[in-house]
Amino acid sequence: MIRFDNVTKLYKNQHSPALRDVNVEIERGEFVFLVGPSGSGKSTFLRLCLKEDKATSGTVWVAGKDVGKLPSWRVPQLRRQLGTVFQDFRLLPNKTVAQNVAFALEVIGKPRSHIRRVVPEVLEMVGLEDKMQRMPGELSGGEQQRVAIARAFVNKPNILIADEPTGNLDPNTSIGIMKLLDRINRTGTTVMMATHDAQIVDQVRKRVVELADGIVVRDQARGVYGYAH
Amino acid sequence: MRIRFVMGEVWNGLRRNLTMTFALIITIAVSLSLLGAGLLVRQQVTQMKGYWFDKVEVSVFLCTKNSQELSCTGAASAEQKAVLATELDEMKPLVQDVYFETAEEAHERFQAQFAGSPIADSATPADLGESFRVKLSDPDRYSVITSAFDGKPGVERVDDQKQVLDKLFRLLDGLQAIALGIALAMLVVTVLLVGNTMRLAAFSRRRETGIMRLVGASKFYIQLPFLLESVVAALFGAVIAVSALVGMKVVLIDRFLEPSFQFTPFVGWDSVWQTSVVLIALGVGLAALAAVITLRRYLRV
Repeated sequence: MIRFDNVTKLYKNQHSPALRDVNVEIERGEFVFLVGPSGSGKSTFLRLCLKEDKATSGTVWVAGKDVGKLPSWRVPQLRRQLGTVFQDFRLLPNKTVAQNVAFALEVIGKPRSHIRRVVPEVLEMVGLEDKMQRMPGELSGGEQQRVAIARAFVNKPNILIADEPTGNLDPNTSIGIMKLLDRINRTGTTVMMATHDAQIVDQVRKRVVELADGIVVRDQARGVYGYAH
Repeated sequence: MRIRFVMGEVWNGLRRNLTMTFALIITIAVSLSLLGAGLLVRQQVTQMKGYWFDKVEVSVFLCTKNSQELSCTGAASAEQKAVLATELDEMKPLVQDVYFETAEEAHERFQAQFAGSPIADSATPADLGESFRVKLSDPDRYSVITSAFDGKPGVERVDDQKQVLDKLFRLLDGLQAIALGIALAMLVVTVLLVGNTMRLAAFSRRRETGIMRLVGASKFYIQLPFLLESVVAALFGAVIAVSALVGMKVVLIDRFLEPSFQFTPFVGWDSVWQTSVVLIALGVGLAALAAVITLRRYLRV
């Protein structure tokens, strides 16, 4: 589903690369944690998958396509196959929960009837069926992240990319979010999650890819967080 | 493509940025009005040139008994007139037409021109004298006649109406150049303002556009609302400018200038509509272009 072949990324005006000669392969339906300290290259890894940035050398394969060779007009098509969730939720404060989710479909031109059908479905899946008409500001952090996940998942992406989704949440809420991501993973969606949360990684026991200074230092099938912090 | 969604975005964008939208509309309206006025003046000048240059003549005034010029020894004699007439005739085809105006005719014309004024009563046919009215095939080559006949025996002086008209047209040309120059400067300002407004709009909606980008909205879908906003503003501005042109035509030309200058042809409605089309097309085109260029820089997709 995602494959990095000798990928190096050097940002402009920086001496050391953010990723050095990274080789990782993630199969369809896998759940992968991406761990490592700040500045280890986790975000760069995710940005390369989304084609927010271009690799300096090496090849990034996402959903069977060489992302580096993708012309810019094809990039939206790539992103439609990828759901994304962030630490800061990125909801629109002046739209209701349902409108926030619907927005993701409206802007890719889905028909209204389709939107009316799938938005309540996905909100039910994340457990917010009774808060569809609320504004994001009226919800707790965990609920807001559920809305963001619903928005990321509403178009049934092949891959869900989550960048520190529990970073702003307390441990109990984080467990709820993890369960939700696990359920999404069970529908066959590949999930890739960058995190600092050792407790969650140790509990869930999924594959762990650890980065340090842009190098993959560990790739463990049923790993723990496992570095001193 | 969901038209209602895009239109909603456009409306929200214009409303949220209301003051900038107004600034945009007014600037576009003013610059296009100036441009329109300049273009109309230009058409007016062209039309007047065509009309007047068709009528201008070179007048070869003959000596009267009172003439002081060296070439004159009393009133021009019949032989002198005959020589002049032959020479004029030989200058065809530059000389298209020659008309001999007798002193009586000149007196009549003078009386009609200055009717009611004391000058008209005091002048006699003998004071005004006779003249050859020469029509040229090419009015610009009047100097040929002037140099050929000025100072000839029996010729008091050679007068060219075009010289007088040229001064007037130079003035009008200058006015028109100033109007077009200001219009051009205003258009530059307009383009910059459109660019700045779009930059502001893109910045104030970076949350929305960021999400659009992430969920895979196409570049077209992300930029279209912004583009349409500037086009809608330009359209409003152009409509105001066209109204201003129509107002100028109705009030300034039809009601005020035309009754006062009856022998001058003024620009008609066809010119006004033609100019209006140019203004609308130019306004919308420039706004769209400025928006596209700015969005390319500030709305990374």
